[in-house]
Amino acid sequence: MSALSQKHLIAIKDLQKSDIELIFQTADTFKEVLQRPIKKVPSLRDITIANLFFEDSTRTRISFELAEKRLSADTINFSASGSSVKKGETLLDTVNNILAMKVDMIVMRHSSSGAQSFLSNHIKANIINAGDGTHEHPTQGLLDGYSVREKFGSLKGLNYLIIGDIKHSRVAGSDIPLMTKMGAKVKVCGPPTLIPKYIEEMGATYEPNLKKALEWCDVANVLRIQLERMDIKFIPSLREYSIFYGVNKDLLDSIKKDITIMHPGPINRGVELNSDVADSKQSIILQQVENGVAIRMAALYLLADRG
Amino acid sequence: MKPRIILDSSKFALTIDRLCHQLIEQHQDFSQSCIIGVQPRGIFLAERIHSRLQAILRKKDINYGKLDITLYRDDFRQKGKPMTTNETDIKFPLEDKNVILVDDVLYTGRTIRAALDAMLDFGRPKDVELLVLIDRRLQRHLPIQAKYVGKVIDSITTEKVKVEWKETDGQDKVWIVSENNE
Repeated sequence: MSALSQKHLIAIKDLQKSDIELIFQTADTFKEVLQRPIKKVPSLRDITIANLFFEDSTRTRISFELAEKRLSADTINFSASGSSVKKGETLLDTVNNILAMKVDMIVMRHSSSGAQSFLSNHIKANIINAGDGTHEHPTQGLLDGYSVREKFGSLKGLNYLIIGDIKHSRVAGSDIPLMTKMGAKVKVCGPPTLIPKYIEEMGATYEPNLKKALEWCDVANVLRIQLERMDIKFIPSLREYSIFYGVNKDLLDSIKKDITIMHPGPINRGVELNSDVADSKQSIILQQVENGVAIRMAALYLLADRG
Repeated sequence: MKPRIILDSSKFALTIDRLCHQLIEQHQDFSQSCIIGVQPRGIFLAERIHSRLQAILRKKDINYGKLDITLYRDDFRQKGKPMTTNETDIKFPLEDKNVILVDDVLYTGRTIRAALDAMLDFGRPKDVELLVLIDRRLQRHLPIQAKYVGKVIDSITTEKVKVEWKETDGQDKVWIVSENNE
C-alpha cells in the first residue's frame, strides 16, 4: 500500500496511474459509508478545511462541503463576493490570513488558471483544486473516471468522447489526461474554433462530425457551452451550435449501439443536450453527482494523511 | 528465543469447535444474533466460526458481516504512513441484535474500541459480545475483555503473536516470535 505521490491535488497530469487507482479504491470505501444509516466517519475530526471560492459554484461547493462534513472535518466557507478581495487584497494575503487561523487544508476555485499552483509554492497547507480557469478540475476528472469505471468495470480500452467547448473546458483538461493514463482512448468533437491547437499533444484526437464521433464511442461526455468564458464570438449562435453539436434522442437512436451519456452540469437543456437524453436511462449524470462526494472524501482523506 | 507454537492445526480445530459450542449455548438458533468480523485479520476467524456454526446447526441463514475500522482508529496520521481501508459489508440492520464481534488477537483493546464506534453507525445493537482466538491479557490499554477466548497468552511486548490461516498461509497455526529474532 502506497501513499499519494503528491501533497496537493492540483492537476491530473501530476498524478501517477497508481495515485488514481488508490483514490478510486478509497472512494469505494466511502461510497459504502454513504449508504449507511449514519453517513459519517470521524477520521478528519482534527482537521480544519477552508473552502475558498473565488468563482461561482453550486455542485462542486456543496459536494466538497458534504464530503468534509461526512469526514467530521471543521469547515469554513469563503466566497470572493462580499470579502476583502473587493478592497484590493491579494490572493496570497487573503490565504495567509486564513491560514494564520490554523487551517490545515484549502479547497480552492479560481478564475485564473494556475492560481492553486502558484499558492502551493508559497504555503504549507494541502491544496485541492476545485477548478482553475480553463486549466483543470481534477476532482471532476476523477469522478468522471470513477463513474465510467463503475459502469464498465474498467477504463482500459474504452472509447471516450468529449463533445463541445474543449478550449475553455477545465473538465476536458482533467478528463483527457485521466482517461489516457487509465488506458482509454479519447476523441473530442466540437466546432473547430473551440478545439485547442495542442489537442493531439494532450493525447486526444479530433473528429469534427458528431455522428461519426458518436458511432466511435462507448461513453460521451457532453460539455456545457460556457458563454461567460468567451470574450469574442467563437460560434455564430447557440441555435446553430445546437443544430450541429446538440445531442438529442433522434441522433442517438440513429446509432446502433447504446452510448452512455455524461454531463458535468449545469446543463443548458436544449442547447448541448436535450431533455429526452439527459433524463433517459442512458444518462449517468446523477450518478456522477453522487460519486462526486465519495471521490472528494477519498481525496481529502488521502491528502490529510500526507500531512 | 526460538519461535514457539501455541496452537497447531489439530488443537486449532478443537478450539474453533469449542468456541462454536459456547456460542450455541448462549445464542441457541442465532435468530436474533449476528457475527461481525473485524477487518482485516478478524474475518478469517469470523468466516470459520460462521461456517462451522452453520454446519453444526444445519442452518444457512446466520447473519454474518465484515467491519472495517480504519476510519475510526485513534492513531490516524500518527503512524507516518497511510492506512488502507478495507471492505465493510453488513447487509442487515444491527438494531436490537445480539452482536458477536470477532477478531483474531486481543492485544491493547484499541481495535475493539474503534470497532464499537464503527458498529454504532449501523444501529444500536441489543448487546455486543467479543470473541477472540488469542487473548494477550497483560498488554491491555483499555478496559476491554473478551467473553469467548480461544487461548490466553502471557507474552511480553517485544514478542509478536502470529495467527496463520489455511486459506492464506497454508495451514492453521498460532505461534509466538520475538522481534529480535526476525
